[in-house]
Amino acid sequence: MGRRRITVWLGGLLVLAAAGFAVAAWRPALAPGSPTPAETAPEQVRKGAILASLGYCASCHTAEGGRPYAGGRGVTTPFGTIAATNITPDPETGIGRYTLDAFTRAMRQGVDREGRHLYPAFPYTHYAGLTDADVAALYAFVMTREPVRAEAKANALPFPLSWRPLLAGWKLLFVRDLKIPADPRRDAEWHRGAYLAEALSHCGACHTPRNLLGAEVRSRAYAGGEVDGWWAPPLDRSSPAPLAWDKESLARYLAEWDPQAGGAAGPMRPVVDAHRTVPAGEIRALAAYTATLYGPGPAGSRTGPVDRAIPGDDPALARGAATYAGACAVCHESGGGAAGGVPYTTPSLGHRTTLRAPDPRNLILVLRDGIAPREHAPGPIMPAYGAMLTPAQMTDLAAYLRARFSPDGPWPGLDETVRDLMRDAPRPGAHAEAGR
Amino acid sequence: MPTLTVNGRTQAVAAEPETPLLYVLRDEWGLNGAKFGCGLGQCGACTVEVEGRAILSCLTPIGVLEGRPVTTVEGLGSPENPGPLQAAFIAENAAQCGYCIAGMIMRAHALLRSVPHPSEAEIRAALRFNLCRCGTHMRILAAVRRAAGLEPPTTGATP
Repeated sequence: MGRRRITVWLGGLLVLAAAGFAVAAWRPALAPGSPTPAETAPEQVRKGAILASLGYCASCHTAEGGRPYAGGRGVTTPFGTIAATNITPDPETGIGRYTLDAFTRAMRQGVDREGRHLYPAFPYTHYAGLTDADVAALYAFVMTREPVRAEAKANALPFPLSWRPLLAGWKLLFVRDLKIPADPRRDAEWHRGAYLAEALSHCGACHTPRNLLGAEVRSRAYAGGEVDGWWAPPLDRSSPAPLAWDKESLARYLAEWDPQAGGAAGPMRPVVDAHRTVPAGEIRALAAYTATLYGPGPAGSRTGPVDRAIPGDDPALARGAATYAGACAVCHESGGGAAGGVPYTTPSLGHRTTLRAPDPRNLILVLRDGIAPREHAPGPIMPAYGAMLTPAQMTDLAAYLRARFSPDGPWPGLDETVRDLMRDAPRPGAHAEAGR
Repeated sequence: MPTLTVNGRTQAVAAEPETPLLYVLRDEWGLNGAKFGCGLGQCGACTVEVEGRAILSCLTPIGVLEGRPVTTVEGLGSPENPGPLQAAFIAENAAQCGYCIAGMIMRAHALLRSVPHPSEAEIRAALRFNLCRCGTHMRILAAVRRAAGLEPPTTGATP
């Protein structure tokens, strides 16, 4: 009898807790509407276009070969794949019925017009720091894109993560007011860069580590993270970059390519490509701020480029050396693009952070897929060696590159990483997918 | 001494393992189909096929081809008896100067081996990194479609 009563009590408590949570998680639907002519004035649209480039909206919301902003790209996370939504103003499948209020709530709080919680793959934790004026300009820009009828794809998430009200709990735990750093000793350009980096450009979404529940660990901001299976290098003092980044080199890198440190690949490439339509002053502001994330004082582990002699008696390294000589050296021993060598190469591969990474994923991914040329613009190009080399040959080459161009010793688990990643080697006849 | 198998013939090569395959094909074996274009893996004129994949012979050290048979454009047929893909390129008059054509054919050959009936988009995706300075792209695409037994696209060729 007593036990039964306790069970009833506990059951009742659970129901109450669930009901309480449901109430706390509930968000109202907002009335449908459309922008007023003043809200989409041409100067607002122009301003919003630049902001959308700096927020890299298209890199998630445009699918490979798809219509701009019509969604459909799958964003891979450790929990499953989130399908980016259609943010064109199509009333049925896009955001055509969003008022500025609904758009603002989605951007800052991650709640859609109908009141559903959005997954934090959409970086509303950063967009929470956007000014009202910038949210309004972004609204003007997206609401004047060509409407595309495209149903959002389903997310591939396991239960209970597929149950959106759970996100209210996640937000309770992890959503904080976004503090934009301010420092009276710094100039206006630095403060502009801080605003862009922390809010709009959401650098930390990739470059800050995430906890087990997928939230950025703010106490370790910019200590390096993960995106789409790539290592996102630290931007703070733990950066293993061989060269010291400064405002000038970062500005060159973010705008196109730096002759010493090289250029972006993988998920960072669409970021740099988006900067093509951004005024140089905004890029310089981003560079001014991110250059200071490393902190003051001596350059720490920045020991400069390494190029070590490789003992000839190791057969695996000798095989790697032969592959390097035949497959890589014609470009990468050309002295570097800035010195009259092959364009978009650095003076040596020892200048690249990729070979100083804690694990070999980025090197293997760029070797496997190469770097596809940009459409209608000059830029680097590298063939996809995943079509040419076997996994064993790829392992030998990577081990050789690491031994020669890094002081840090062999990568643990290199052959397993190569075997895993080479399962997706380029299909016959194909090169790297464009862009990424 | 590395051993190579090209178009069914296996032979030792008196060259260092880092020697690019293209040099052996042209200078040692007289197989002049694959062309030296840029030497940097950017133009595709040197394309050959290995294990169903199109690879750039100017950047492929022969040391990585031990036990992996190579097919060049000469392996698909002869002037007297051209293979289906070569016949399609002839029928469509796809060559102007012809410098890129062996690479185009081998890239298409690798595609058709794995995807016998590709879509227009798949053909274009496969061929997009092989350059043609004469501009016979439309005829090259028509030749690949012909070899694959596909109808020409109905409206504007953009996939």
